[in-house]
Amino acid sequence: MTSYTVQPSEGPRRNALVRWLAADTMNGIKRQRAILGYTFLIPTIVGLLLFIVGPMLFTFALSFFKWNVFRPPEVIGFANFERLFSDPRVFVSFRNTFLLVIMTVTMLEVLAMSLALAVHRLASRALGYFFRTAYFLPVLLSGAAVAVTLGYLFHQDFGVINYYLGKVGVPKIAWLTDSNVVLWTISLTTVWRNMGFTFIIYLGGVSSLPSEVLEAAQVDGAAGWRRIRSIVLPLLSPTILFATVTDIIKMLQFFDEPFIMTRGGPGDASRTVVMMMYENAFGNLDFGYGSAIALILFAVIMIVTGVQFVLSRRWVFYN
Amino acid sequence: MQSTTVSTRDTAQARTRFRRPEWLPRNPGSWLQLLLLSVMAVFTLMPFVWVVSTSLRTPAQSFTVPPEWIPVDMDFSNYTRVFDEIPFWNQILNSFAITISVVCGQLLTASLAGYAFARLRFRGRNVLFWIVLATLMIPGQATIIPVFILISRVFGLSDTLWALIIPGISTAFGTFLLRQYFLQIPNDFEEAAMIDGANQWQIFRKIYLPLASPGLAILAVLTFNAKWNDYFTPLIFMNTKERFPITLGIVDLQGYMATGSISVVLAGIVLSTIPVIIIYMFGQRYLIEGLMMGGLKG
Repeated sequence: MTSYTVQPSEGPRRNALVRWLAADTMNGIKRQRAILGYTFLIPTIVGLLLFIVGPMLFTFALSFFKWNVFRPPEVIGFANFERLFSDPRVFVSFRNTFLLVIMTVTMLEVLAMSLALAVHRLASRALGYFFRTAYFLPVLLSGAAVAVTLGYLFHQDFGVINYYLGKVGVPKIAWLTDSNVVLWTISLTTVWRNMGFTFIIYLGGVSSLPSEVLEAAQVDGAAGWRRIRSIVLPLLSPTILFATVTDIIKMLQFFDEPFIMTRGGPGDASRTVVMMMYENAFGNLDFGYGSAIALILFAVIMIVTGVQFVLSRRWVFYN
Repeated sequence: MQSTTVSTRDTAQARTRFRRPEWLPRNPGSWLQLLLLSVMAVFTLMPFVWVVSTSLRTPAQSFTVPPEWIPVDMDFSNYTRVFDEIPFWNQILNSFAITISVVCGQLLTASLAGYAFARLRFRGRNVLFWIVLATLMIPGQATIIPVFILISRVFGLSDTLWALIIPGISTAFGTFLLRQYFLQIPNDFEEAAMIDGANQWQIFRKIYLPLASPGLAILAVLTFNAKWNDYFTPLIFMNTKERFPITLGIVDLQGYMATGSISVVLAGIVLSTIPVIIIYMFGQRYLIEGLMMGGLKG
């Protein structure tokens, strides 16, 4: 440990403010800490006010305006919201987003939890390390890289996926151009990219369980499954709740993959809420309408967070 | 052993002849699990193998099926062509400049604020902390329109790297994370240092900050990954190709090469992924710990 020397006092010449600040009394130290505290907070508080709190309030205000940069803003009351609730494209974008959330989050949670339980039970540490690394690798990639790559793999005529499906007799699937299929394609793409993230969260949850519990559930077959359901799942419920809510919120804000892979198409079949917001605000420069969409999305996210909060108090088992 | 039946003795002998390696599963259920794990590993790893092998193919073969999983005659010209098609160096350097600035900025602001919230007493501390926590719940999309107006019209910084750096420097998550780390350090250190005559700044800088370094590492690695891979924010702010970060560059390259060789695009993807792979190799403990912490918090 570094040692410190007591700073020699500079005598009565030091001015009163410095003396007040640098006093070696208990009160002086309290004052120093308070001043240091405020000083340390300045960058963070200013940054958050300027780039999060302020803009949030501004988004709220903007949603009552009609403003397209070229003309001065104009108050129009709830007209943006009226338009929003009767806009079939906005409705479709919300429907797509909710469908994507349900499909993707179900697949993510089931897969990630099963794999975490299985990896945790592996006898060999080296194998466990291999699987962890393999599942985690896609998490490192950007949504852009994943969208471009899997877009090629899902290509109807030249894609590797249709080639291998053809080998087992499945006719070519129009992964990116069939409006009934495209949401599945995008959901699978996201599952591929995010499974490792959810998996790591479950692995953390599983590792923190008491080992007797897992041993009790180690018996295979029906009895084992029943034990998993009645012992492991309740114990794991805080992790399940956290992972599910994190994934739901992430999917509600979904943008990169559908934007790059399909541009929302065919038609509006894969357009998400954030894409609608982006196109209205930054494509049509209709900031008011874009803000109204963003605000509705924010409300949905807050409801999910609220439900999480209530659930976590009601039925989640805390050790 | 000797009093057992013949059949068990046989298996016992068989066991001595073939000793089961440690990693082999014991029973059918475990075999099934290993199979499931392996199938999923194949699904996760296949695209990586395909990207690397296809990035090494000649343009004429680049979009052929069946895919050649192991490239026979490797063609590295795709990698040099990436530099001809897009200003790749500029874009990689832009990504580095943005990411490193944001990581350093966040480490600085979050360690100061986290320390203040954890260890300094002053009026209004709790209220301010609740405000910081509340901003954690606000998604980026809900604030992006005013941030765009602020950056482009008030500051006039649109289409500059500053537009991507400045809004990212203060972080509620990082403040919260580092506060947790500072809270874990016992008070004894501070008392000992004060007896040695250290002032409040020295106590922070020389004692507490080094002890919180795992937290700093977690924040750095998580932020690096998130910022390097960000696509949405640059899409809104950037117009000039020379100023694109690499995520925009890759998608731009894909647009170019729609009718050309996809091997060039995949070569670009491989190159753009190297930095995050390196970060993962050295900082995976921190990255995984950071992600898991949320899960354990419940």
